[in-house]
Amino acid sequence: MLRVDDLHRPGLGPLSFHIDEGECLALTGPSGAGKSLLLRAIVDLDPNQGRITAAARPRDSVPAPEWRRLVAYLPAESGWWMDRVGDHMPDGQAARELLDGLGFADPDAVLSGLVGQLSSGERQRLALARGLLGTARVLLLDEPTSALDPENCALVEALLRARLAAGVSVLLVSHDVAQVARLAARGLRLEQGQLVAGS
Amino acid sequence: MSGYIELSYLDLALAALLLLFNAGLSLLLGLRLEGRMLLAALRMTVQLLLVGLVLQTLFNFVSLWLTALVALVMALFAGREILARQEHRLAGWWGYGIGSSTMLVAGMVVTMLALNGPLRPDPWYDPRYAIPLFGMILGNAMTGISLGLDSLTSLARQERAGIEAQLILGMSRWRAMRPVAQRALRTGFTPMLNSMAAAGVVFLPGMMTGQILAGVVPEQAVKYQILLLFLIAGATGLGILTAIMASVWRLTDDRHRLRLDRLR
Repeated sequence: MLRVDDLHRPGLGPLSFHIDEGECLALTGPSGAGKSLLLRAIVDLDPNQGRITAAARPRDSVPAPEWRRLVAYLPAESGWWMDRVGDHMPDGQAARELLDGLGFADPDAVLSGLVGQLSSGERQRLALARGLLGTARVLLLDEPTSALDPENCALVEALLRARLAAGVSVLLVSHDVAQVARLAARGLRLEQGQLVAGS
Repeated sequence: MSGYIELSYLDLALAALLLLFNAGLSLLLGLRLEGRMLLAALRMTVQLLLVGLVLQTLFNFVSLWLTALVALVMALFAGREILARQEHRLAGWWGYGIGSSTMLVAGMVVTMLALNGPLRPDPWYDPRYAIPLFGMILGNAMTGISLGLDSLTSLARQERAGIEAQLILGMSRWRAMRPVAQRALRTGFTPMLNSMAAAGVVFLPGMMTGQILAGVVPEQAVKYQILLLFLIAGATGLGILTAIMASVWRLTDDRHRLRLDRLR
């Protein structure tokens, strides 16, 4: 589970909320409301203050790289730092199975391919796979299916449901109202950096 | 086979006519460079005449402290030059401090090595050896360091998504900055490698040419030049490495964040 207390940074908060184990919490709000700022603050990518606990471990007591393996963040724009796709993730059986489940017919061909030749939808699914390969107990997903067609979108949702069933907590930012209804029982709404009535 | 031809101020004035020719060309073609050209020439003349005076004084005194002071001033100027050549520099004193201190340390270490190893003047800090050596090392290492730092800061901005993607996956700041730092190091090393590869074929290096004009036999002048190029290579490597590492450290923080807000 994830517990956030009194989190604040310029343009955001202070805000408090929690997500239970195996729960998907939706985060909605207009563009520029601070949704991405909030996700970045939780994984400590920008300076911020507040108490955050994930899987019973307080953020202050965990080195930042370890914290980010515990709380995985998937930004709306994925980043790549090498030419070959396979250089961005451990190339093992787990990666192959994950890619297979995400609709890649030939995982080996994808892994040996070049990042520059991927479509935006492929990039989005590969970034998700890369983030899910670790041992994260909390997932912060920023528009994880914005570039996907309905078929691939359903694959991603099925994968997320499996993770939720395994006890992973998910914070989902999505403009897709139907998707939010399908995955999340509870929601938060962010406006101008402040939480307004939950739904 | 030793001795050199002395120059008078009249000789210099005659050579300066060439510059007037350039200025005339600029007027004729409407380049509007004549003002800057004359000013640059004037600055060059005055600066070098002053340096001549300073060096003459230094050579008369042969004092360790005076020599060290002049070296310090040179390194501070080099630090300013490094800063001026960067498009996105570290904010505050960091940009200037990293440039000047790495220049000073790298230049000093290598100059000391040369003065106590191959050259051994008496005393070891004899400014006639120490200052020209330090100056040449500084000038060349400066080019490499400023290129490397400029490339590092530009790349860090450009490759922000890739760097943060690695941080998000739980890599350390050193690991996440490695691809960018490697490219910056390569850029910084390039001019030094090019000048070693081209020396003697494409151009005759300045120091060697100067020594030959002053009456030194080519065999000795060439040896001095080779020594100097090795010293420059050493100082450039040492300087770039420390400057890039220090900048990577400053561009990130202990919570392993990329801190582009520390650039301006």
